Amino acid sequence: MTENVSIVAESATRIFADLADPQTINRAKDAAWKAPLWQALTDAGLTLAWVPEALGGSDAGLAEGFEVIDVAGRFAASVPLVETLLAGWLLSQGGIASPGGPMTIAPGRPSDTIGLNASGKLSGRARGIPFAQDCEHIAVLASGAEGASIALVETKNCRVTPGANPAGDASNEVLFADTPAVEWRPASAGFDRTAMLLMGGVARSVQTAGALGAVLRMSVAYANDRVAFERPIAKFQAIQHSLAQLAGEVAAAVAASGSAADAIAHMQSFDDQIFLEAASAKIRSAEAAEKGAAIAHQVHGAIGFTNEHILHRFTLRMLAWRDDFGNESHWAVELGRKVAAGGADAFWPLLASR
Amino acid sequence: MTAQLEFDPIRLPPECEALRREVRAFLAEEIAAGTFDPDRPMHGDMHNTEFSKRVGAKGWIGLTWPKKYGGHERTFLERYVVTEEFRIANAPVRQYFVADRQSGPILLKYAPEHIKMDILPRICRGEVCFVIGMSEPNSGSDLFAAKTKATKADGGWRINGNKIWTSNAHIADYMIGLFRTSPSTKENRRHGLTQFLVDLKTDGITINPIYQMTGQHDFNEVVFDNVFIPDDCVLGEIDGAWKQATSELAYERSGPERFLETFYVLTALIRALGSEPDLRSAEGLGRLVAQAHALRRMSVSVAGMLQAGKEPVVEGSLVKDLGTIWEQKLPARVRELAAFLEPDVGNRATLDEQLAFAMTIAPKLTIQGGTTEVLRGIIARGLGLR
Repeated sequence: MTENVSIVAESATRIFADLADPQTINRAKDAAWKAPLWQALTDAGLTLAWVPEALGGSDAGLAEGFEVIDVAGRFAASVPLVETLLAGWLLSQGGIASPGGPMTIAPGRPSDTIGLNASGKLSGRARGIPFAQDCEHIAVLASGAEGASIALVETKNCRVTPGANPAGDASNEVLFADTPAVEWRPASAGFDRTAMLLMGGVARSVQTAGALGAVLRMSVAYANDRVAFERPIAKFQAIQHSLAQLAGEVAAAVAASGSAADAIAHMQSFDDQIFLEAASAKIRSAEAAEKGAAIAHQVHGAIGFTNEHILHRFTLRMLAWRDDFGNESHWAVELGRKVAAGGADAFWPLLASR
Repeated sequence: MTAQLEFDPIRLPPECEALRREVRAFLAEEIAAGTFDPDRPMHGDMHNTEFSKRVGAKGWIGLTWPKKYGGHERTFLERYVVTEEFRIANAPVRQYFVADRQSGPILLKYAPEHIKMDILPRICRGEVCFVIGMSEPNSGSDLFAAKTKATKADGGWRINGNKIWTSNAHIADYMIGLFRTSPSTKENRRHGLTQFLVDLKTDGITINPIYQMTGQHDFNEVVFDNVFIPDDCVLGEIDGAWKQATSELAYERSGPERFLETFYVLTALIRALGSEPDLRSAEGLGRLVAQAHALRRMSVSVAGMLQAGKEPVVEGSLVKDLGTIWEQKLPARVRELAAFLEPDVGNRATLDEQLAFAMTIAPKLTIQGGTTEVLRGIIARGLGLR
């Protein structure tokens, strides 16, 4: 996101470049590349960057964790790194130690609710849970008699329906039917489902901005290489203006998601300003994904529509990410209602509050 | 260049918030006194010399300039706050806005000391109005086609030709004009233009009004008939004006005025929708809020990078491209979202009046100060496509 990248982000970049190069992965016949990548990410402490040392993590800090997510977006790798980061973060909110191995987080849709009873049994249905079928554990934000609770669940105790998002990454319906929690704790005061979904939403926004940056670089390079009508297509004003518009979408996604991540990294609590930052990041990065993917494909022409080309690894993922942790329509309605409830005179002061 | 776009998450420091409170209090007093109506930007004169003098007295013009020239040596982020608060209030800043944003900084950089000592303090006091003399009848976006000639004379230069679309020339004191001092060369078609400071009261200058489709009068044609300009009014390198515009463009193009020009219709929409909008209105409003927030984060980020001494020319152009298109479409979006409002809802009449006005001024927003097409060319060059 910035030029002053941390050592954590540098290390993430190195690992992805060595073990998850998009070209290499795209040619791979199987998923054998995933295990060494996951091992390296784990060894570098990146998977549990948002977990304090006392709870089994590397305690790298929120800002550094978002930088790792940015890098994950740039490589569009299909491993549950971002989900494990989020799950570890959620468990930490309840003071629950993170087990090793890949994790995911539930619920992932604003309409889904998971209940928790007094004896620690979970019930409910969670749709669109990323990578659930590939993870041993799920961190759950559940609602019980005493309000929001955080629970750690073993995936094998849930019913997981096989499924995938448009990019081919696992995305599952997870059914909790009297599923026992390994451990559960009440969430701290003020922590609720909105806060959890916004955190997931900002993670997806940062990931999207990273992917969009990669798509822009790829599209510029392609336009400079590809010769048609006896010159590189980059020399045509129509192509130049399309790519300038793509850059605008990248810029909006980078600015909105970077600002939201920074706001969360420095926040005291999930207040209205954080809501504005986080919801706006999710809305604007989703809009940028839609417009950006369309422009990048148009510039690439037929080759970008092939399985052989890596463009789809980025475009399909960023389009799929729009649906996770509340899509842009959901957050627009919530944000619109919040602004309307605050009234016209409070609107500009909110926008200009930082 | 690599296609790596930087937008550091800049936060306004505490001194900005203290200043913001002061600015809001000042504007509230002016509104209460009837100086201007924030809800009716289509009425009243945006040019108000007395108001400008009061703004100058508060120390809010030339905020970042050295104290010896009447400035206040404060930061660009503080200037950002003043600019956005004045814009949101639709305050009448026409007298000093161009001088504060770009003419003053050019003088600071290129004018001789005695001219700086003479003019800059008067800008800071809100007493003088500047205009930009770039476009000509056959040279608008294609700036380097300018033909208005400056010919060397004894002790100065003689200017002959026309400038056009010169906003505010009829009320202004000075122009910073771009004139041809040599022909362009084969190697460099940008060569041969020089910047001059022009006192608009000089003999030989005729200012003819050009009325706009809105019925307003901002534009003018400025005719130069053998106008004498003394040597000390040359600003910067003779024939080399093209070298002098890079970082200034980032300031000119990335400010809050590049996405807030029609913002009042959004505030009025919120008022008209009330506290419990239906699903359609809530979603439409939420998207507009998210887009506005993203634009402001981009714009504040560029201000912070400029303050840090960086030259975010591409980022600045991106703010103007996205920002002006957004503020241009805003009245249309608001009109759609207001379509099913009850006809007698509280501020419906004000909203309708504002929409009618915003719709008529919308076309100019993506033309003035660098068209969409010019900006995209600059962005494309920055991306390494040209």
